Amino acid sequence: MSVEDRLYVEARRRKGLWEASRYRILRRITQGLFLAVFLTGPLFGLWIAKGTLASSMTFGVLPLTDPFVLVQSLAARHWPELTAVIGAAIVLAGYLIFGGRSYCAWVCPLNPVADFAGWLRQRLGVTHSARLRPAFRNYLAFGVIAVSAVTGAVAWELVNPITAFHRALVFGMWFGLAGAGAVFVFDLLVAKHGWCGHICPVGAAYGAIGKASLLRVAAPARAACDDCMECFAVCPEPHVIPPALRGEKTGASPVILGADCTLCGACIDVCPESVFRFAHRFDTRTEPARRSSGAMAEPIASTSSLAKG
Amino acid sequence: MNANKNSKGGLANPGRRKAFEDVARFGGGAAACAVMLSAFAEQSRARPAQALRPPGALPEKDFLAACVRCGLCVRDCPYKTLKLADWGDGPALGTPYFHARQIPCEMCDNIPCVKACPTGALDHALVDIGKAKMGVAAITSRETCLNLQGLRCDVCYRVCPVIDKAITLERTHNTRTTKHAVFEPVVHADYCTGCGKCEKSCVLTDAAIKVLPVEIAALKQDAHYKRGWIEKEKAGGALVDAPVKLPTRLPDAPLPGVKP
Repeated sequence: MSVEDRLYVEARRRKGLWEASRYRILRRITQGLFLAVFLTGPLFGLWIAKGTLASSMTFGVLPLTDPFVLVQSLAARHWPELTAVIGAAIVLAGYLIFGGRSYCAWVCPLNPVADFAGWLRQRLGVTHSARLRPAFRNYLAFGVIAVSAVTGAVAWELVNPITAFHRALVFGMWFGLAGAGAVFVFDLLVAKHGWCGHICPVGAAYGAIGKASLLRVAAPARAACDDCMECFAVCPEPHVIPPALRGEKTGASPVILGADCTLCGACIDVCPESVFRFAHRFDTRTEPARRSSGAMAEPIASTSSLAKG
Repeated sequence: MNANKNSKGGLANPGRRKAFEDVARFGGGAAACAVMLSAFAEQSRARPAQALRPPGALPEKDFLAACVRCGLCVRDCPYKTLKLADWGDGPALGTPYFHARQIPCEMCDNIPCVKACPTGALDHALVDIGKAKMGVAAITSRETCLNLQGLRCDVCYRVCPVIDKAITLERTHNTRTTKHAVFEPVVHADYCTGCGKCEKSCVLTDAAIKVLPVEIAALKQDAHYKRGWIEKEKAGGALVDAPVKLPTRLPDAPLPGVKP
């Protein structure tokens, strides 16, 4: 049985349905909430957040601005009003605490589209994938800033499928759906996890914030790992896992410090051994090896609560 | 795999070589994307003449550097005048604009759209809506304008929020009937805010008066072209000391300096 076929089976059996899908459900709820606060106004006249993900105003007092958009505007040699600067500072501070690319997994409206494409890819057995590098999106992010500087226009917003999709949903500009459709087709047929994992410069920018962000996923119980490989199969950026998970011998931190990690929590959900959990950047605590099943279980008080079944 | 790599002994540092290759391939790809995006950005400046920017909008080039396409101005427009540009609408994707013929600007005293703008793409220095320059109206069809046919329509003149300043009716002789007057609507760019009420209200199927972007409809006189009467006004008097005495050149008058 391949890894893809047994995903979540053991986790559900050992941890129950809720703990094996907790963060996926919480992510969908969060994504829904971030969209809902923009939609209650146009739909019911109850204004919570106005604007789009590029820049918004919540309850008329809380400005939020995408730092990457503001950087492009600065590169295009426009010095913005204070509102946008404060808004970007708040967003920057927020993601410095709550983890950089958590934007991608918890806020971005394109994430469910990309996730759906990935799920369908697996169901349809699409194995072909174009060879791209995650570093490409970093090059593209620098390219976008350079284009903004050269042309004097906020360049990525001319094509950004995230804000186009958001405008489509919030302002009813239905052509914006075309961009989301293109991302869907690209992820389904061209490259696995293609857009978010390799192209999107917005994600690259949030990844740069993630290099210093406080909230991370960690593998404190890495000693319990039995190499089932399910976390690698569900992770959208699997290269971030080994340094933390396999760091036992080298004494490396159990915290996943790779900035590409989207903090989606899929590894936490899928792991039958409960190796992963959310932690902060400096939390280097690890748990000693344990046996989680069978008659050989050792009566270690500190970990016995984790050993179910 | 590893053994295979090591057996390619010809490369001094395969890892380094690979890194260079990566930079070349994906950096090159990103650069190609950037060039295409640049071309697209340049092309996005081609705003249709009928798509007007909100009050206080910076000149188009600066506007595209400043506008983050958030739509906050659109949300705060009480008359649903403003909308965001979708694909194919003409203006750069996601930027705010309005068509005067559909819903003109009502020139709110408190200018909520400008206040809502977080970046200053709509200049917060604009506090008097009368100073707005969304565009300038122009009679673009003299052949169909009813007033110019000698009729008394006057609608554009009547609806103008800056009546008798931005639009005046100039009386000239009606050469067709020879005994009536033509009341020509004349736009004065100094006072016109480009709100578009005239264009919206024109009674014809296709409006004879249209609001056009400032750079099309309200041009500055060439600096090198000196108009004597204006120079005279600026100087506060005649530019030369005394009127030049010109000789009369009647056929039978004696030529100056020539003895008959």
